[in-house]
Amino acid sequence: MLYFAPWKVIVIVLVCALGIVFSAPNLLTKEQAQKLPSWVPHQQVNLGLDLRGGSYLLLEVDVDAVLKERLETLLETTRQELRKARINYSDLRSGDKQVTVRLRDPAQLPAAVDILKKQANPVGGSGALGLGTGRVDLTVTSTPDGLITMVLSEEAVRERASAAVQQSIEIVRRRVDATGVTEPSIQRQGANRILVQVPGLQDPQRLKEILGKTAKMVFRMVDTAAVDGRPGPGSEVLEADNTRDGQPSRYVVLRKVEVAGDMLTDARPSTDQNGQPVVSFTFNSVGAKRFADTTRESVGKPFAIVLDNKVLSAPVIREPILGGKGQISGNFTFQTANDLSVLLRAGALPAPLRIIEERTVGPDLGADSIRAGLIAVAVGFALVFCYMILAYGLFGLFANIALLFNLLLTLAGMSLLQATLTLPGIAGLLLTIGMSVDANVLINERIREETQLGKSPLAAMEAGFNRAFSTIIDANLTSLIKMLLLYAFGSGAVKGFAVTISLGIITSMFTATVVVRLMMSTWYRRRRPQMLVV
Amino acid sequence: MRRLRLIPDKTKIRFMRGRFAGIIVSVLLSVLSLGLMVYPGINFGIDFKGGIMIEARTPQAADFSALRQTLNGLGLGQVQLQEFGSANEVLMRIERQEGGGEAQQRAVNMVREALAAKVPGIEIRRVEAVEGSVSADLQSDATLAMGLAFLAMLVYIWFRFDWQFGVGALVTLILDVTKTFGFFVITQLQFDLAAIAAILTIMGFSINDKVVVYDRVRENLRKYKSMPLRELIDLSINETLNRTVNTSLTTLLATLPLALVASGPVQEFAIVLIFGILLATSSSIFIAAPILLFLGEKRLGRNAPAEAAKPAT
Repeated sequence: MLYFAPWKVIVIVLVCALGIVFSAPNLLTKEQAQKLPSWVPHQQVNLGLDLRGGSYLLLEVDVDAVLKERLETLLETTRQELRKARINYSDLRSGDKQVTVRLRDPAQLPAAVDILKKQANPVGGSGALGLGTGRVDLTVTSTPDGLITMVLSEEAVRERASAAVQQSIEIVRRRVDATGVTEPSIQRQGANRILVQVPGLQDPQRLKEILGKTAKMVFRMVDTAAVDGRPGPGSEVLEADNTRDGQPSRYVVLRKVEVAGDMLTDARPSTDQNGQPVVSFTFNSVGAKRFADTTRESVGKPFAIVLDNKVLSAPVIREPILGGKGQISGNFTFQTANDLSVLLRAGALPAPLRIIEERTVGPDLGADSIRAGLIAVAVGFALVFCYMILAYGLFGLFANIALLFNLLLTLAGMSLLQATLTLPGIAGLLLTIGMSVDANVLINERIREETQLGKSPLAAMEAGFNRAFSTIIDANLTSLIKMLLLYAFGSGAVKGFAVTISLGIITSMFTATVVVRLMMSTWYRRRRPQMLVV
Repeated sequence: MRRLRLIPDKTKIRFMRGRFAGIIVSVLLSVLSLGLMVYPGINFGIDFKGGIMIEARTPQAADFSALRQTLNGLGLGQVQLQEFGSANEVLMRIERQEGGGEAQQRAVNMVREALAAKVPGIEIRRVEAVEGSVSADLQSDATLAMGLAFLAMLVYIWFRFDWQFGVGALVTLILDVTKTFGFFVITQLQFDLAAIAAILTIMGFSINDKVVVYDRVRENLRKYKSMPLRELIDLSINETLNRTVNTSLTTLLATLPLALVASGPVQEFAIVLIFGILLATSSSIFIAAPILLFLGEKRLGRNAPAEAAKPAT
């Protein structure tokens, strides 16, 4: 009890000192902390979005749409290939992860199966080609009466979905970066979700609009053969994005895609000769060639610029456009022209994204929360401080000093781990104050009991620490288990609560026992009291 | 130097006399809580139910009837308005919109625009919109976390003590948690993720308390080999009474400012914690100890634990 090896004293004092040093940067403003030389600890606690203000957006990638698209392509190519091979069929349809077709003449079965097997794509293995695995995404089976079934494998479906999510994250990152927000965080969450956290945003409206658009742009010809706006077999009706005076609100557009938006290399906002905002774009070489071919063949006809199945504009081609450059003149403002450029540069999402969870906190509310939190911590600490002194006198003061170091070490730990302090986290800090003195209450009560049994001060202190120790371990471990569970299953702000309390518990086991013990032994050696008053 | 002692030293309160009353009252309250959970039911927040919550600050005192009219005019289904903190802070809750995240986002936009038009200078301080699929996930995560917490506690106490202690702690925890649910129903506080954090914290605090009392019971079982279990439990509770009260008090003192200063969800969190601290403290004395007495009267101490020697009687 009494004797601490010198190296132990040094370690204990050092840990406490480090606690002060590493929690100190939190007293500075962010700017001041960044100006500190790199050898000085300068890491600060990360404030959660609920304290600094900002937006938390959980997006879900519609992976079903990816699957649906693959099935539609399969259906379309089956139709084309069978027709090319002059194989007659009836009842071509797509269902759940499969496409079925019935041949009119079962004798053509082997030929048809051969053709359809070629529609399979490789899966698994490394690289996009799936080299080396020999596995394909499609199993083609047939029955003697001429029914062919093509089923997409589970692996292929999973792989496609996963790739779509991965690609979506990349595009979301580009889009968020393009909006110029500071310190955005974009993470994958679960199988098909993306978490976007953007601090310091008052109104996330624009960001949400930019993220919510698939931005699939295609150039298609307007169906000039359509009578009274009724679509023929190869065309469909699309709505206009923005209806302007003298412009139709819907167009009959051919289904065939002439040039797709993924062939764009650049898109910038600019103005046309009338000073109206437009989006200027540049195709890559393949796109430029196709665009040239299309415009050469169709001079005098209108073509439609379609974004996410809505017609942005449908200008008439006056002359072939050979340079691979063009302009989109929708009903733009400077803002929307800029946004569309951002979307086109970042590329189209492989599947639609939905915002399934939004939590936005205004910066003012965050500042109010910080203020309320600080007041609560200060008052809570003061109350506990006074109570401990009233209840245990000097030993209460020791416990209070330990508690102070407990808080500093928790703060230092959070700064070092770059953990996030949330509003529930502040509540956790308060709870730590209340609960970590429990260890000292246990020890002090025990010392008091032992003294009343007539033990000498030294023996009573010894017994107090030893007997209370297993109880302290039990009590803290059970709390720690709870917090780990909360961390594992909680989300966002609740995770912050778990982290704060866990750090608080771990550091309190050190401060409440070891640090207090050192203080008591130092005090005892100096004073040598004959009687303990606890 | 005089010390503040809320409980005099060497109390000899015979808690076990009230063991039936304690357990019966507790079970009745828990059954009542379960009944309340069915009707009128827990006020689930948007985390678990889905929906939209908007917190706004108006330049002058909020005109609730005008706000209600504006929001009802948008046709978004059930809308709840609530004042909190001060007269110009309004909390709006709008039920989950059919049609998933897009419909939800559309509703948020409509409300933002309508409010800005109706109340110039209104400050939208917080927006939360949770879709059905997310709230379903949060629900299952929360249930899993609670279940695992119970299991972990049972296993831990069982491992560290004897099974009688484990069962005693588990039954007490179940009684504590059901009453906390009942508290949520009566106060109609929002039950959301923070509520789960509060309940897990209360469970942790409650278990702490039980561990301290049980620890002393175990120690006394070794020390007083011939004392009847009933007296021994009474003695253990009395010996630890000061610690129980002091720890509960320091935790209460630390939580109290939060309940007074904070607003919104954090304030609700603090209120629940305060309820839980009082609950856990009383259940250590009146529930956990009597259960130990019932389970262990025949076996515990007088012949069971390996550490205890043969009975002296």
